[in-house]
Amino acid sequence: MRYFYLTVSLFISSLASASGGLSVAVPDTMEERVKACTICHDNKDRVGRDAYYPRIAGKPAGYLFNQLRNFRDGRRYYQPMAILLENMSDEYMLEIAHYFSSLQLPHPPPEQISIHPEETKLADVLIRLGDPGRDIPACKSCHGEALMGIKPFIPGLLGLSHAYISAQFGSWRNGGLMRGQSSNCMSEIAKQLTDEETNAIAKWLAIQSVSGKPSPPGALSSELAHRCRSIDPENTYSK
Amino acid sequence: MKHLIHTFKIYIQKYIVSVCNLAIALFVSISVSVYADSTQLVSPASDQNKLLGAYLSRAGNCMGCHTAKGGVSFSGGRRMYTSFGIFITPNITPDKKTGIGHWSKEDFWKALHRGESRDGRMLYPSFPYTEYTKVTRKDADAIFYYLMSLNPVSKENLSSKIFFPYNLKPLLYIWRKLYFKEGVYKPDHTKNKEWNRGAYLVQGLGHCSACHSSRNLLGASQKEKFIGKKMTGVNWYAPSLTSRLEAGSGELEINEITELLTSGITKRAVASGHMATVIRQSLQFILPEDIRAIAIYLKSIGRENSDIASAESFPVLSKNIRSRLVQGGKLYEKYCEDCHQSSGKGIPGIYPPLAGNRSVTMASPLNTILSVMNGGFPPTTIGNERPYGMPPFQQIFSDEEIALVVSYIRNTWGNHGGLVTEIDIERSRSGSRN
Repeated sequence: MRYFYLTVSLFISSLASASGGLSVAVPDTMEERVKACTICHDNKDRVGRDAYYPRIAGKPAGYLFNQLRNFRDGRRYYQPMAILLENMSDEYMLEIAHYFSSLQLPHPPPEQISIHPEETKLADVLIRLGDPGRDIPACKSCHGEALMGIKPFIPGLLGLSHAYISAQFGSWRNGGLMRGQSSNCMSEIAKQLTDEETNAIAKWLAIQSVSGKPSPPGALSSELAHRCRSIDPENTYSK
Repeated sequence: MKHLIHTFKIYIQKYIVSVCNLAIALFVSISVSVYADSTQLVSPASDQNKLLGAYLSRAGNCMGCHTAKGGVSFSGGRRMYTSFGIFITPNITPDKKTGIGHWSKEDFWKALHRGESRDGRMLYPSFPYTEYTKVTRKDADAIFYYLMSLNPVSKENLSSKIFFPYNLKPLLYIWRKLYFKEGVYKPDHTKNKEWNRGAYLVQGLGHCSACHSSRNLLGASQKEKFIGKKMTGVNWYAPSLTSRLEAGSGELEINEITELLTSGITKRAVASGHMATVIRQSLQFILPEDIRAIAIYLKSIGRENSDIASAESFPVLSKNIRSRLVQGGKLYEKYCEDCHQSSGKGIPGIYPPLAGNRSVTMASPLNTILSVMNGGFPPTTIGNERPYGMPPFQQIFSDEEIALVVSYIRNTWGNHGGLVTEIDIERSRSGSRN
């Protein structure tokens, strides 16, 4: 009889704990930890209530790490990101950067927008050759031969929308995106480019289909690495 | 990749350094006996004294205010938005020209204890000398020696923008006469050593009342301490540390208080907003015996039997209100339940419970609104290095939806909090800066 009571009471207590909602196991994964991020940054670019949320999956880890720190430390301005990251350590940010960088999600199809042949020509020259006369390097010289970026700091340019690329050009020009960083190569370059040129480049990039992989670290010439030393906050390039 | 690894190495090194600092501080506290034996002789600028200063400076979180976002530690430049003006903190590294390199320890004592600058100017109480005045001379000197041991940073101070009429010096003079009481902490001999140590840290260096005490129109902390208030210039509400309906600790176990103060999360609560920052920057590094002392003091000021919940007098819900709660419930089911559970009990230590959570039910809905709007990660601390995050729902919710879901969680599972409208949401957004 004693055993019967024991069994019944055990049964009741197990029922009680199940109904208490404590039996739910939370996956001990990064995916679970970064739900705060993926509500906006899921597997594709998204337009939200007030902003445009770029896809971050598969971008170089160093690039993502730098952006996270820039948001937290006020070098890149977007208050929702600044608030989210306010009390986060560098170590955890690096882990989050690696997590998103390691995701292999399918890229969106190229955008369906019309581009004038003149624009194609203009974009093609700037992307392949740049304009040495105005000290504008070719896009490919930093963003890789395939335009898929160079590990670990330089992001790829394909798979991004026209709207996003245009917005970045605008931000660099106004100093808004990276305000506070002393030397920013993209700000200098964006200020040299005309509206027609940035628009042509943004369109051209947006209609390409994504192929290829980020180039290995050695692909960046030391001259350009030095010029763009703000990509590495420790300034290891400049020493 | 090489560079990334290099960067990573630097952070690992920094981490090891901070852990070492902590270990050294621990050693110092044991050998110097931090508080009680203040008569013990320690040569003024000894390494031990500097380490003690480093520790005390952590306890006072000097760096938190005297560092701009992304700036060099202690070099100032942080903007503090208050209703009295925008105060820009000064450089307190030992740079002779732009910092406090030419200050003597007397000058430092004058600022900390009397609220006067080296040149005799009266300081604004945005620098919490109203609390720091309680710090002992020995501790103040140790902090001074520590600051003097930092690398000097040449960075010009920017002038604060103080609004009229607070910019009038006579007003500051009157304010000080009325509200500033100079004097080192006097131990209460009816209480034990541990309680007194806690009171000393909370009332002095910790300057908790700078946020947690209600302030009058002139910005002075009211007589009754730690009764909570909306923080000036930011939208967070600093809850009462005495009321059992807010963040009073009267009914908590000491371990639960210390856990929250050092790791930022417990099975029942999570620190958010500015408290999360204080934990990350300061409290997580405080020695276990000091945190325990703080907890003992906080528990003692928590009221147990007052503020009886008004649950019985809660009005009957009208049909209209009930239908709003149903709408809120639908949003909860879709967006919140995954983490906080349909029972509202959350997952202990990971996703905080909402049922019975005082920061959800307390009179001011501000912190709950801000948590839903902005989301956030609990602070990364030694006790919680890889926290789980909460999404910023204002990115996908309308103001009405935020109001519905906040009203729902404030009035379900036995919670009884006031309903929230879109006007509350709008109000909590206006002027919010960090």
